[in-house]
Amino acid sequence: MSSYYESQDLAKFGGIGEHAKKLADEFFRYYGEVTGTDGALTKREKALIALAVSHAQKCPYCIDAYTTQCLETGASPEQMMEAVHVAAAMQAGITLVHSVQMQNHLRKLVL
Amino acid sequence: LNYDFETQLRRRGMELPPLAVQTLQVNITKLCNQACRHCHVDASPARTEMMSAEGIEKCLEILARYPEIGTLDITGGAPELHPQFGFFVEEAVRLKRHVIVRHNLTVQLDKHPKTGASMEHLPQFFAGTRVELISSLPYHQQFFTDAQRGPGVFQKSVEAMRRLNAVGYGVEESGLKLNLVYNPVGPYLPAAQAVLEADYKRELKSRYGLVFNSLYTITNMPINRFRLHLEKSGQLEPYMAKLLAAFNPAAAEGVMCRTLVSVGHDGRLYDCDFNQMLELGASCAGRALTIFDFDLATVLRRRIRFGEHCLGCTAGAGSSCGGATA
Repeated sequence: MSSYYESQDLAKFGGIGEHAKKLADEFFRYYGEVTGTDGALTKREKALIALAVSHAQKCPYCIDAYTTQCLETGASPEQMMEAVHVAAAMQAGITLVHSVQMQNHLRKLVL
Repeated sequence: LNYDFETQLRRRGMELPPLAVQTLQVNITKLCNQACRHCHVDASPARTEMMSAEGIEKCLEILARYPEIGTLDITGGAPELHPQFGFFVEEAVRLKRHVIVRHNLTVQLDKHPKTGASMEHLPQFFAGTRVELISSLPYHQQFFTDAQRGPGVFQKSVEAMRRLNAVGYGVEESGLKLNLVYNPVGPYLPAAQAVLEADYKRELKSRYGLVFNSLYTITNMPINRFRLHLEKSGQLEPYMAKLLAAFNPAAAEGVMCRTLVSVGHDGRLYDCDFNQMLELGASCAGRALTIFDFDLATVLRRRIRFGEHCLGCTAGAGSSCGGATA
């Protein structure tokens, strides 16, 4: 039975160029420049950010890819887990900050 | 995907003939106090292979005859467990050779697995002969180190480093070199050597008060025990594809087999320790090369034997017994 998110499909990422090669080429050049080089942020810092985003966006391909990338840039398991907690805390905060909207509306509705 | 190393070289118009023999790397025993999960030698306390006294003498004769072979690199197993280890080191030092010992740290604290003898004299012995030490420490934390080398290894390694620091090893002004080796704990490439070295220095100093000189990053070769792990876990193909994708011509130019020869416990010559473990013996004009009829000009005429495992030495920043090559 086939299913979504087969781990071997990660290797097919380059195939997004089919039917839209120019756009894919431009995307991969940009992607490589942003994530694969040391800039104002180190490659390790970028990998940790990407790992956090992977969890927030719940992308299993990205979680596998950036767990490896974190290790290949020398990150420790503690740094990786803390990055995931940043994503989790942000998501909790984003949920809770919306309660301001709820309270605003509540005040409007209550006589 | 084609993992044939020579095909990769041909595609790029590259040839990698031997350049020199600057280092004689001698694997004097497969006996070890540890049984690490990634070990390409499959070394363990159960192994019995040892170089004979005659073999040790032949290696010393070669060093005496060829001053251009400036370095003796003694490895194993844990080479300190060989009964003639001390003699070998002292004689090579007497010949004014630079001597490197691949010292796994924990052997200082574990008793000899066959005889039960204490090995706690080693720091004093090393300092007395002023050999260079190269020691594996897969990470500056316990988690990865113990995962690869066995439970308790990290704490023992810290204690062994403390004893080496106490006699001057790794201390800048002493001239006694203690270099550490990082290798990944799984099928991925090492981080940049300079970045990791800075991490190791900061963490080991701040947490344990330990010092060392340089960190060498070494890629895991897809052979023997590590290969078996990759096969069992379904990771061999992705790892080989990763090594192939990361092929770096600059790293290929600097592969260590161009400037060293590796000697097996039985005296046979190999292009490197990995070829030795794969039993890919070096030969010239159809004759197997050994220490017993060693001729430097003949050794330099040999054709280096490459295999798909060589992709491990040419991936990314490259890998050798002295760390990154590109």
